[in-house]
Amino acid sequence: MASVTTIVSQLTSSAFLPATEFCRLSQSLLHWSQMQGPGIDLKPPPYALDALEPHMSKDTLEYHWGKHHRGYVNNLKKQIEGTELDGMSLENIILASYNKGDVLPAFNNAAQVWNHDFFWESMKPGGGGKPSGELLELINRDFGSFESLIKEFTIAATTQFGSGWAWLVYNDKKLEVVKSPNAINPLVLGYHPLLTIDVWEHAYYLDFKNLRADYISTFLDKLVSWDAVSSRLEAAKVLE
Amino acid sequence: MSWSSSNYLCISSSSSSSVISSNELARFDRCRLACESEGHRGKCQDLNRPTNIFAYNSLKPPSFKFDKGQRRKDHVLKKPRNISAYYSLKPPSYKFDALEPYMSKRTLEVHWGKHHRGYVESLNKYLEKDDILYGYTLDELIRVTYNNGNPLPEFNAAAQVWNHDFFWESMQPGGGNLPILGLLQQIEKDFGSFSSFREEFIETALTLFGSGWVWLVLKRNEKRLAITTTTNAVTPLVWDDIPLLSLDMWEHAYYLDYKNDKARYANVFMDHLVSWNAALARMARAQTFVNLGEPKILVA
Repeated sequence: MASVTTIVSQLTSSAFLPATEFCRLSQSLLHWSQMQGPGIDLKPPPYALDALEPHMSKDTLEYHWGKHHRGYVNNLKKQIEGTELDGMSLENIILASYNKGDVLPAFNNAAQVWNHDFFWESMKPGGGGKPSGELLELINRDFGSFESLIKEFTIAATTQFGSGWAWLVYNDKKLEVVKSPNAINPLVLGYHPLLTIDVWEHAYYLDFKNLRADYISTFLDKLVSWDAVSSRLEAAKVLE
Repeated sequence: MSWSSSNYLCISSSSSSSVISSNELARFDRCRLACESEGHRGKCQDLNRPTNIFAYNSLKPPSFKFDKGQRRKDHVLKKPRNISAYYSLKPPSYKFDALEPYMSKRTLEVHWGKHHRGYVESLNKYLEKDDILYGYTLDELIRVTYNNGNPLPEFNAAAQVWNHDFFWESMQPGGGNLPILGLLQQIEKDFGSFSSFREEFIETALTLFGSGWVWLVLKRNEKRLAITTTTNAVTPLVWDDIPLLSLDMWEHAYYLDYKNDKARYANVFMDHLVSWNAALARMARAQTFVNLGEPKILVA
């Protein structure tokens, strides 16, 4: 496991890989990430940076992942070096630095690293469509219909003022839509996140400028990976 | 009292009279309430006419500034006449390309034309729904809707309108350089030197997480200048401090020009955009309320 991680981290810190290698490596990385030990690294999205065109441009991915996400990773590494947080897994760093609301300095960076990892994995090329199986059943049970989930999620994402995220979470055996400001994520509330959308302006400014509503509807129509949501739901049900 | 002095736009954009009688006010009110329901177009034609208090008492309608052809077209298209606006979108006092190459024309077009305009429109939409907040100046509205830390829904829109007006006025073409006169003296007194002030301002801008603003304020109680940050839409007005300068650190303010390079944006603002003239004028006005000078004690 360690050798795979180091190889990938060496490769990802250089220029972009050809698509096939990328997919192969990142798929193995996705598997490892479930059991990732200590070590904070910039994980690449599980698809090439231009794979989400035309709905999310390559430019956006290059800046959003290559500059913002990378910046959070680098700043976090600098912050935890030599402290007791060094060596902890990312999720544990988040919970420890959340400090019941009185956040320590590492929280923002740690949470943003986690949030962005989660965000890339919440999308896929050729995404969108409708969920199926158990996920759809739960959606119909907790929201009435798929359309009403879409509506509620859209409202949460649109009304998150300033920077933040909107989430579909699994809590208390129920699905819920929540929104959070800046770097906060539902992990600190003990929820199980299933899906997220980044509504920080850097996520959509290059493609949509001020039209956040268009970005949200494009995300839900064309980008969201319901497969990822379903598999996260399976994992969450085991834990509940 | 003159309505044109505040951010009020109440009747029609071509209103030329600056003194409004109470009759006029009542008439506007009735008209506005009538306009809120559809099908009252006839009565609401007043809203499109320039207000002319002299015409009120005469039977002759005032002369129109609108093109008659346009008016007829409106009639034919049966557009609802429920136009009401409470706060206006003030343009910056320079052209959109005047801040090039430090802040591009495209940024001004989107930032002012879409974001700022959006805040004004959403504020007006809120106010349309409910009369209770009608009649405040923008400053007062911000304080009222801030509600001592438990903001009402209108707060974000109102505060952002004010913040952006303030921001455009905090910049000028050919800005930057150094402050002069009393402002420079006060900065040197409170920060040690201009360069340490500048360093602190930029440092503060870079460490602000999420969306917000960086301000140079005059603290009323402590009678000194300070640099503060606020998140999202909050403004130092709600703490009764007097802002002198602001820098918009929402990503939409710099993303088109600088992408993620906040440091370059903040430096360029300080070097080429900031309007020390505006800050000086604001400080001079502030000194009506805050006594900054040493008391002159006469020696016998």
